[in-house]
Amino acid sequence: MRRRGPFHPRVHWAAPPSLSFRLHRLLLLHTVNPPRIREPIGREAFGPPPASSDWLPTHWRNGRGGRPRARLCSGWTTVEEARRSPTLGGWLGRQRWLLRMGAGRLGAPMERHGRASATSASSAGEQAAGGPEGRRREPLRRRASSASVPSVGASAESARRDRLGSYSGPTAVTRQRVESLRKKRPLFPWFGLDIGGTLVKLVYFEPKDITAEEEEEEVESLKSIRKYLTSNVAYGSTGIRDVHLELKDLTLCGRKGNLHFIRFPTHDMPAFIQMGRDKNFSSLHTVFCATGGGAYKFEEDFLTIGDLQLCKLDELDCLIKGILYIDSVGFNGRSQCYYFENPADSEKCQKLPFDLKNPYPLLLVNIGSGVSILAVYSKDNYKRVTGTSLGGGTFFGLCCLLTGCTTFEEALEMASRGDSTKVDKLVRDIYGGDYERFGLPGWAVASSFGNMMSKEKREAVSKEDLARATLITITNNIGSIARMCALNENINQVVFVGNFLRINTIAMRLLAYALDYWSKGQLKALFSEHEGYFGAVGALLELLKIP
Amino acid sequence: MAECGASGSGSSGDSLDKSITLPPDEIFRNLENAKRFAIDIGGSLTKLAYYSTVQHKVAKVRSFDHAGKDTERDHEPPYEISVQEEITARLHFIKFENTYIEACLDFIKDHLVNTETKVIQATGGGAYKFKDLIEEKLQLKVDKEDVMTCLIKGCNFVLKNIPHEAFVYQKDADPEFRFQTNHPHIFPYLLVNIGSGVSIVKVETEDRFEWVGGSSIGGGTFWGLGALLTKTKKFDELLHLASRGQHSNVDMLVRDVYGGAHQTLGLSGNLIASSFGKSATADQEFSKEDMAKSLLHMISNDIGQLACLHARLHSLDRVYFGGFFIRGHPVTMRTITYSINFFSKGEVQALFLRHEGYLGAIGAFLKGAEQDNPNQYSWGENYAGSSGLMSTSPELGPAQRARSGTFDLLEMDRLERPLVNLPLLLDPPSYVPDTVDLTDDALARKYWLTCFEEALDGVVKRAVASQPDSVDAAERAEKFRQKYWNKLQTLRQQPFAYGTLTVRSLLDTREHCLNEFNFPDPYSKVKQRENGVALRCFPGVVRSLDALGWEERQLALVKGLLAGNVFDWGARAVSDVLESDPHFGFEEAKRKLQERPWLVDSYSKWLQRLKGPPHKCALIFADNSGIDIILGVFPFVRELLLRGTEVILACNSGPALNDVTHSESLIVAERIAGMDPVVHSALREERLLLVQTGSSSPCLDLSRLDKGLAALVRERGADLVVIEGMGRAVHTNYHAALRCESLKLAVVKNAWLAERLGGRLFSVIFKYEVPAE
Repeated sequence: MRRRGPFHPRVHWAAPPSLSFRLHRLLLLHTVNPPRIREPIGREAFGPPPASSDWLPTHWRNGRGGRPRARLCSGWTTVEEARRSPTLGGWLGRQRWLLRMGAGRLGAPMERHGRASATSASSAGEQAAGGPEGRRREPLRRRASSASVPSVGASAESARRDRLGSYSGPTAVTRQRVESLRKKRPLFPWFGLDIGGTLVKLVYFEPKDITAEEEEEEVESLKSIRKYLTSNVAYGSTGIRDVHLELKDLTLCGRKGNLHFIRFPTHDMPAFIQMGRDKNFSSLHTVFCATGGGAYKFEEDFLTIGDLQLCKLDELDCLIKGILYIDSVGFNGRSQCYYFENPADSEKCQKLPFDLKNPYPLLLVNIGSGVSILAVYSKDNYKRVTGTSLGGGTFFGLCCLLTGCTTFEEALEMASRGDSTKVDKLVRDIYGGDYERFGLPGWAVASSFGNMMSKEKREAVSKEDLARATLITITNNIGSIARMCALNENINQVVFVGNFLRINTIAMRLLAYALDYWSKGQLKALFSEHEGYFGAVGALLELLKIP
Repeated sequence: MAECGASGSGSSGDSLDKSITLPPDEIFRNLENAKRFAIDIGGSLTKLAYYSTVQHKVAKVRSFDHAGKDTERDHEPPYEISVQEEITARLHFIKFENTYIEACLDFIKDHLVNTETKVIQATGGGAYKFKDLIEEKLQLKVDKEDVMTCLIKGCNFVLKNIPHEAFVYQKDADPEFRFQTNHPHIFPYLLVNIGSGVSIVKVETEDRFEWVGGSSIGGGTFWGLGALLTKTKKFDELLHLASRGQHSNVDMLVRDVYGGAHQTLGLSGNLIASSFGKSATADQEFSKEDMAKSLLHMISNDIGQLACLHARLHSLDRVYFGGFFIRGHPVTMRTITYSINFFSKGEVQALFLRHEGYLGAIGAFLKGAEQDNPNQYSWGENYAGSSGLMSTSPELGPAQRARSGTFDLLEMDRLERPLVNLPLLLDPPSYVPDTVDLTDDALARKYWLTCFEEALDGVVKRAVASQPDSVDAAERAEKFRQKYWNKLQTLRQQPFAYGTLTVRSLLDTREHCLNEFNFPDPYSKVKQRENGVALRCFPGVVRSLDALGWEERQLALVKGLLAGNVFDWGARAVSDVLESDPHFGFEEAKRKLQERPWLVDSYSKWLQRLKGPPHKCALIFADNSGIDIILGVFPFVRELLLRGTEVILACNSGPALNDVTHSESLIVAERIAGMDPVVHSALREERLLLVQTGSSSPCLDLSRLDKGLAALVRERGADLVVIEGMGRAVHTNYHAALRCESLKLAVVKNAWLAERLGGRLFSVIFKYEVPAE
């Protein structure tokens, strides 16, 4: 069973009781590189709003940090991410928990150092403006201390009091924030971020119940973010908002609004961070709840370049939370979950809604770049059963090598026109028909790419055939491993999620058919409309502390 | 070994001689006596199986008719020896590349005399393709057999009959092969056959097995996809590419996803998050080596994972891997082993088989030979006629490897009687006969290989001398020398070639080679002479023992056993003495012995035990002929009989060095009975029973003993086992745990070994053990 950390993740922000203020400084001076870290904070709250509301495109257009982009798989958006390799075991939960502790230790000193260095370091130039930083730190601090940290050391306490002393009193701008805090609601904007191996998934809650007064008080940058995200469907050449997935009239933390789903390639992450820096994202003091391997990989960049501290969250926790939540709110009045009837028959095949009223136990197969398989027994009782490195990344990677395609969509499109039986060796190719001794039907694939052992056949296949065979190989394999896990765990409903399934009806129908066929009707393959976004949703829920 | 002719295979028998440098009669041996053929034609290799009868010369002993003769005459041998022809059954398996198939069929046609054979069993993917060719060439009807059925039949057969068949593979370990002792119960197990696809079969009994799953991602995927990605056409070349590649250039690893954080998270950054994940995001060229490696990892991991999932579902911990993807390739054995260890967290072991390539052919043969009931018999690997497991080092180029494995042979002899476990073994599955694993112990290996090399001249001399009337003895002996020398050299390079290398396997290999060249019993004359001498001394020895007080007698009996055991022609320290001093006798031997306390000395405990109630039945494994059995063992037996203990005296079925054989022991017992009323009445009343062990080895494997012996041990309720001699009690069984009392005694007649054990030459081992309650 996975061990769940006893602390709320936000404990990252808390100062550990054991380290003195001075020690923190020492630590910091030696470990994190310096000055700029916190300076921009103050200025932005009072300073001029960004010159243009079109801040995202500017940077995304520039690609990776403004360098000309050699090749961007723009639109390669399918594969979620390899959260853990197939190979990571359940002990990970505990490791991660340990890390949270570690992150807390690092997090706190940075804040202090930022303050300490504010006077000495003006190297950040125009952005350096020694504003009343403590005020904006405070909300975070308070949340931190309210999170179940057993005790906070005396030095940390006094440090906080120092800051309170420098607090310059409420202004119009901060009133809203104070109110938000009073309602124990985090500040806008509300984001949930899931940084995978291939794709970054971003969910954004757009409040629709903003009062006139509130709007007036809304920080310009916040407003511009809202306007920009909601009025565009594409951001730069690679960022995409999945408009069809938008969830309308959602109530979250007492606020009504719409939930937006945005994705962009992980290799554009540096540009995203740079943009955050340029636009003084940090001044909003929002908490960036992020999950996925990238939450770790880019943590340092977020901090040093964007001056943003990530709240790193366990990806499996987020995934489960996200799925359960999204399933509970439905899909704008429709069912979130669905299945295929007659998946093998193109004529009769039907996508039908499925009511997941008894979700447990559930086998959850998350197909991103790699694949994770979880057995879920209740809301907070689940375990990672296994995983495989043969996932969406493998499909797309092999397709790129075999066909020269550049986007996931292109690979799928080719696959839809190909014939895998030219590439694969079927049972009937070996036995002339069914292999009755073992009850194997003639149409079953005996050897994926098996025909490619022969030179003549290699010369006779098209790129489309190869793309199709790659898709069939990877999909069948995932189905097969999922089926074995379902048997071992004695679970009969299997939910497949992850961006590998986006616009991938071939794979979904194949999974549905294979599961049904090999289990003799015992297993049911289920799918979910928001395929790859559950981790990001989970991160958002974590921000809002929605169980 | 063999070279492929540039012209390929022609259609006449001559072409074989051109294309195969190894004399074909050394490949297709005994073809003139062959019957019942089976063939397994795979994608690249053909495996041929046949059954033959082999004529052996065997030394038979026969008692003279002593009726009417009252007096013993000096210098008259106690029995006569005659050399007779004996026919034994042998299974031959030959593996060669498909290119040779036509030439081989021609050769077989030309040499096949037996006309009874009408049918050939065929299996494997190529059976269909070559059906017409076989029928035309051999004039035999091709009977097609199901591939998986054959595979499983073959697998059961090797697991039951070949010791050290299965091994685990550990890269970088020394040795890289770790052989498993044969489990008495081979079922149930999981067989994962990785051909072009993967079949996972659960085998529950000899005839019951079930296809539990499979995968289309197998050897064909590696080959086919590999060929597309790297433009490399051959499987072996792909493996070679893979062994040089860096998969991290192509695969998305955990560290690529997590950045440096994997370290603080305690993750191994090298784990693969997404196979080929990097080839999706980067616009770059990838090297063939890297792609091949990535592909190999992808496929091996996937198969390992599925195998683990199936093993868990069926609660099995033994998983055997076979198929052309594995077939002795260290690269794939390594990645599969890694994957299994990873996914099962060490609960499941990936096991490989030494004769994996032969399973289909063995199975097909067995299918065709069901009327001969080959499964009723026990079979033994003939070390002389079998090529060992080749080291197919990944560093070796494909060309080199292809050559070394061109013709591979396996021969198995049918044993006269079925072999089973000694019922008194404490825990049969964990019983390991051999004391020292020479594959493991480089120092010991070096010593013993040198020791056997140095002893070779003496053995050759002895072999020639044993057949003074034979004109070709010298020539055969020379061939024997060459063969055994070559085996020793192979073992120097590849200690794992025949399973775990031990002193026992070195001795057994020598016996097999001697038999191969018709030296069935080089020591028969020596044994005859020594038995004669010892028999004459027997009454005197018994008289002097009887004159002693009880306690003195017990020690004298034990000393007699030990002194007798000095007479071992297998030990150079002794054979030198015996050859130079023909008058070296029992008393001289006693003086050679170490004084008490011995190197291992539990005599006091034994004496204490003797003061208690008598044992019900003692099982004694005897060692040498002559003084050892007659003046050492028999007086000891006599004392046990007098105490009221029944005795089962077990001697070798066939000759090995100067060890006493069962048939010799019968004559010796008969002669002693003529002199001693105690032995006489015990024999008559069946309180003394003489049985054969089923072995022809100077050592003793308690897990392969004659079925009759095992039955008798059970029936008589044996509660004491006495194992005598260096080969049986030190090289083997020194650590063997039994369910009853045991006495292991030996004189260490090898200075090196004595030193290793912390003693000196002629140190004494007297190990009396009582099992824990």
